[in-house]
Amino acid sequence: MAFKLNPQLSTGAAIFSYCTDPSQIEGLAWLSCYLSTGKHMALYWSVLTVLALLAVTGPAALAFGFGGASAARSRVAPLRWFGKTYIALVRGVPDIAFFLFFVIALDQGIEYLRHKALCPDWDQPIRQGNDFIVCQAAKMPLGNSPQWVHETYGFALAVLTFAIVFGAFAANVLYGAMRAVPREQLETAEAYGMNHRQIFRRVLVPQMWVYALPGLGNLWMVLIKATPLLFLLGVEDIVYWARELGGSKTPRFTDYPHPDWRIWYFLALLVFYLIFTRISELVIARLMRRLTLGQATTAGEAQRKAA
Amino acid sequence: MSCIQTIQDYALRSIGIGERLLPREDFTLCEQFTLIGSGMIWNIYFGTVALLLGFFFATALALGKASARAFLRKPSEWFIFIFRGSPLFIQFFFGYFLFLSLKSNYAFFDPFTAAWLGAVIVLFCNTSAYSAEIFYGALQSIPKGDVEAADAYGLSGWSRFRRVIWPTMLRLAWPSYTNEAIFLFHATTLVFVSSFPAWQQRGDALYYAKYFADKTFNPFIPYPILAGFFIILTLIVISLFGLANRRLNRHLPAERPQKIRLLPNLLR
Amino acid sequence: MRNILLATTALTLSAGLAFAESHGKTIRMGTEGAYPPYNYLDDKGEVAGFERELGDELCLRAELTCEWVTNDWDSIIPNLVSGNYDTIIAGMSITDERDQVIDFSTPYTLPDPSAFIALSSDVDVNTSVIAAQTGTIQASHVASMDGATLVEFATPEETIAAVKNGEADAALADKGFFEPIVEAESDIFFVGEDVLLGGGIGLGLRESDGELREKFNAAIESMKDDGSLNTLIEKHLPGSATF
Repeated sequence: MAFKLNPQLSTGAAIFSYCTDPSQIEGLAWLSCYLSTGKHMALYWSVLTVLALLAVTGPAALAFGFGGASAARSRVAPLRWFGKTYIALVRGVPDIAFFLFFVIALDQGIEYLRHKALCPDWDQPIRQGNDFIVCQAAKMPLGNSPQWVHETYGFALAVLTFAIVFGAFAANVLYGAMRAVPREQLETAEAYGMNHRQIFRRVLVPQMWVYALPGLGNLWMVLIKATPLLFLLGVEDIVYWARELGGSKTPRFTDYPHPDWRIWYFLALLVFYLIFTRISELVIARLMRRLTLGQATTAGEAQRKAA
Repeated sequence: MSCIQTIQDYALRSIGIGERLLPREDFTLCEQFTLIGSGMIWNIYFGTVALLLGFFFATALALGKASARAFLRKPSEWFIFIFRGSPLFIQFFFGYFLFLSLKSNYAFFDPFTAAWLGAVIVLFCNTSAYSAEIFYGALQSIPKGDVEAADAYGLSGWSRFRRVIWPTMLRLAWPSYTNEAIFLFHATTLVFVSSFPAWQQRGDALYYAKYFADKTFNPFIPYPILAGFFIILTLIVISLFGLANRRLNRHLPAERPQKIRLLPNLLR
Repeated sequence: MRNILLATTALTLSAGLAFAESHGKTIRMGTEGAYPPYNYLDDKGEVAGFERELGDELCLRAELTCEWVTNDWDSIIPNLVSGNYDTIIAGMSITDERDQVIDFSTPYTLPDPSAFIALSSDVDVNTSVIAAQTGTIQASHVASMDGATLVEFATPEETIAAVKNGEADAALADKGFFEPIVEAESDIFFVGEDVLLGGGIGLGLRESDGELREKFNAAIESMKDDGSLNTLIEKHLPGSATF
């Protein structure tokens, strides 16, 4: 043939030496080879991606929620309207509908801003028909950056989108929690001569967590279970790989032909999610016990009596 | 084609009434609004049926979980754990697979692979588990005095449950249950994205929004329309549940202090 | 939607690299990775198939540095126009409605017939339930067939599964996609008449990207001229027409 073969074909040696000809082996050996293909490595990697996303999104959503809740109870009217609209709007829309267009919007928005800042003397329109065109320097990431930069940027966009969506729910929980702090506590603080900001920082915020935790814990569970929607954001997550790997494979395209195995892959995902949920439940229960210490709630009172 | 004509042709398209072919070119805003709105029929159907049936099952599950007898408690706990602990996306997949294999063995299961029945069953199990957990939490926090008072009046068994425990449980659970209802309606958009196929282009609101996004290659019109419809639906759900909440709390003087509390905030 | 992961840089020779540096840009090739033999992920998780070999060769001839990215079929065009990759090479048939939004290179396959598959060879496709992938030309074709009932699935894989488990009587897709399946499975047959849809497969490009389009057109032309395109088609798409 007049052209070279795919250069990748020669690289990427199998992990086990006996995997060179999978059609000759069977049983456990075959399985070990099958489960260590590059594609399966991508699956294992995607598990880490999901965990990383949760680890970053959790605090980020909490920050958005805190901002939203503070804005919603602000004394400045426009800020308050903004906070309330944010909470109501995002909570009213199914997360999936939000994911389907928001990431592209976010991406274009960022590139638009960079374009305005970096290429002031660009004379062509940004929207040419259907095309969205910004100057090369404004591209996010830059056109010549390596793939990992693209991946990281995509991941960051996914985190931001998740944080905005779940931030609205968190804001709602925190808003409720701030109102649940007994009014007498705030009045006492006022009587001590604290100003509004001091009350907020020293009394309200430290006290509200115990009221917010059940709601936030629930939200965390919902967040875990929203991760299968990641593939809508372009992050190839575990569901994407389970579908891809589980689908039936004919011998022409793989060394490991098999019938439709999606059910087994999804079973593995099910177990993964159940275990993860269980661990989260245990951690939240512990956290709740710690937070109730010395609080003016029934549970706090019970702890005091038991001690 | 005028907009009224479009509405006549497509308003009920999602349940198979009206024009058979979907619009193929020169998509108007009116077409997008009509068809996506038509798809909402399915979202409302899925959500309402699952919620109504799930309500009763959830009550049973919550009582089961609170029961002292292990043969009632254990199955309820596991059911709740499995359906609350796994993503709905995966539940749809398993539901569809299960019904498919049942169908190949028993003709009775023929309609179960269609979304109108199969997806409703999955959603029903899902919302039952979530609501059961909420109800269970409420059962745990029923004031001891209420139950003691019921005992003092000589109420027991079924009548004590129906007249004292159940209403109190609902009253305590209602705010969280409202949230669950909203989540459930949002979750109905997953039906046709996951495993259940769309027959003859009859789908839910998201299906049509995707159709338009596919054809016009512009996601910025159909998805915001979809979002708008859902915001309206959410507001309706909230106000209906608010009415129910008022009825549940009608004997309590709870409303007044809250309203008074708002005033100083505004004045300061 | 952003497409991430498993892009593998297609290595071009040193001449290509030198040019690419002056050009300053890597051409990102967007594909679906789920449509064998056109494009699929091999055991290593890398893009492989007809379009992988074709694309690498085109980049070599056009002296471009290319890398491969996969993207969900649903959002493959919106991501092209918003600039997340530079070309679609994903078995995409040239149609009028797509042509209004993006540009196509000259086709690199002749119009490939679409074919029906079924579990028995006496299924009448005009009156049966037919599975197709959502958003494909095959789905719109079935929707316009009078007696047939369309069932849509999210991936092409699921349409075959639907035929096997009886959800659908038949499925419609590119013949080149079904060929290896009919070959491998004894209980799946081609049925009915093939239908000709679309105007062959081409690379999708942004309308504003005329320069890149010219480069690819020239490369396709040169592959047609020296017969290497036909060799590729015969290797990957046996049974398809050659130039």
